[in-house]
Amino acid sequence: MSSLNYAAPTTVDEAVKLLAGASGLAKVLSGGTDLLVQLRAGRLKPDLIVDTKKIPGIIGIRKGSDGGFVIGAATPGAEVEANAELNAAWPGLVEALDLIGSTQVQGRCSLAGNLCNASPAADSVPALYAAGAIAVVVGSKGRREVPVEQIPTGPGRTSLAKDEFILEFKLPPRGPRSADAYLRFIPRTEMDIAVVGCGINVTLDEKGVCTAARVALGAVSPTVIMVPEAAQILVGHTLDADTLAKLDAAAQAAAKPITDKRGTVEYRKKIAGVLARRVAAIAFDRAQGKTNGKAH
Amino acid sequence: MAKQHVTAVINGEETEFLCETQQTMLDVLRDVIGLTGSKEGCASGDCGACSVIVDGRLVCSCLMLGVEAEGKAITTIEGVADGETLHPVQQKFLEHAALQCGFCTPGLIVAAKALLDENPNPTETEARYWLAGNLCRCTGYDKVIRAVMDAAAVMRGEAAR
Repeated sequence: MSSLNYAAPTTVDEAVKLLAGASGLAKVLSGGTDLLVQLRAGRLKPDLIVDTKKIPGIIGIRKGSDGGFVIGAATPGAEVEANAELNAAWPGLVEALDLIGSTQVQGRCSLAGNLCNASPAADSVPALYAAGAIAVVVGSKGRREVPVEQIPTGPGRTSLAKDEFILEFKLPPRGPRSADAYLRFIPRTEMDIAVVGCGINVTLDEKGVCTAARVALGAVSPTVIMVPEAAQILVGHTLDADTLAKLDAAAQAAAKPITDKRGTVEYRKKIAGVLARRVAAIAFDRAQGKTNGKAH
Repeated sequence: MAKQHVTAVINGEETEFLCETQQTMLDVLRDVIGLTGSKEGCASGDCGACSVIVDGRLVCSCLMLGVEAEGKAITTIEGVADGETLHPVQQKFLEHAALQCGFCTPGLIVAAKALLDENPNPTETEARYWLAGNLCRCTGYDKVIRAVMDAAAVMRGEAAR
């Protein structure tokens, strides 16, 4: 074990060189709330840990040139949750990230860690997908911007190359009458892993008719999934009973879960439909200014 | 890799230590520095017995590498009291008998202190959610919450010490 090396580079170039030059497995460390558990359990035996937190900008929240929020990849959950402006614009993303673990875990856990750990049940990931977030990926070949839904490829697997890591996430500029929401189902109120999670982001017109929507489901497939069929049902409609019923059916149809200790296939499909209805209702209400309270 | 040299401020004192990469902050506190107040319950971030405050943020020291402490200010249970004077949270834990076996107590006290540093007037619900990551298998939590709420009132000057 004493062969494990550690580096805390202060520039992107230095970090990329370390990752590219590593002889064995190199792991990127953000908050470490998954990585350290995996190290301890012996599931991962890296030769090098590259701690990215000293790279300028990788922790923090700012506005990009297009007016959209930019969230540093390793920004801890507690810092995201404390940002009032981000809460107002993206309440669903904030509440999703805030659901991860305890207060202690919130002191360290990050969006990049949650995305790259690539658990199908990751709470912040359906909300990131629904938001249409873009991951700014850096590596030896330079910088590329990748829609977040292209990062996880399977449980614990991502599309990032060995020498790549995520520097920050760009959220699209927020127009009027737009809002998001996230709910997960767990059989208690805190400290559990989603049986199903659902994130929905909508834009409405003056009459409350949906003009754009993104729907994502977690814990019902090997990765978090986008459900464009469900989004298509919302577009052009208010949230009437017929639309809700079709949304429910589309979410159930898209869900391809497994049976495990958290729930059966049948149960998870049913919950996917129920959550889609509830999350859509919260997102529509928020977009119409009817509520800005937390969904939890 | 040779052991790494780390300098951090621990409980207000500049502290230097040597550690290997895979040693967690909890390993360093307990086995290198000799501060054994922080406990290892689960080693996976679920129980909160190893809670410490790093640069003002409550974290599990089992989920942080010792080498990450470089340049940080860390408060452990050993740094909560002011010399011989107990912190109000510690005093109220004693008065309310908010502990039985005591294994979770250092983590609970550090977490409660972090809550009251940030929010001097929490509701009971806020206190319960804040402490949801500190598991106690003895008390059933009610005495813990009473102690924290009472300590908060003392710190606000609304109740006697």
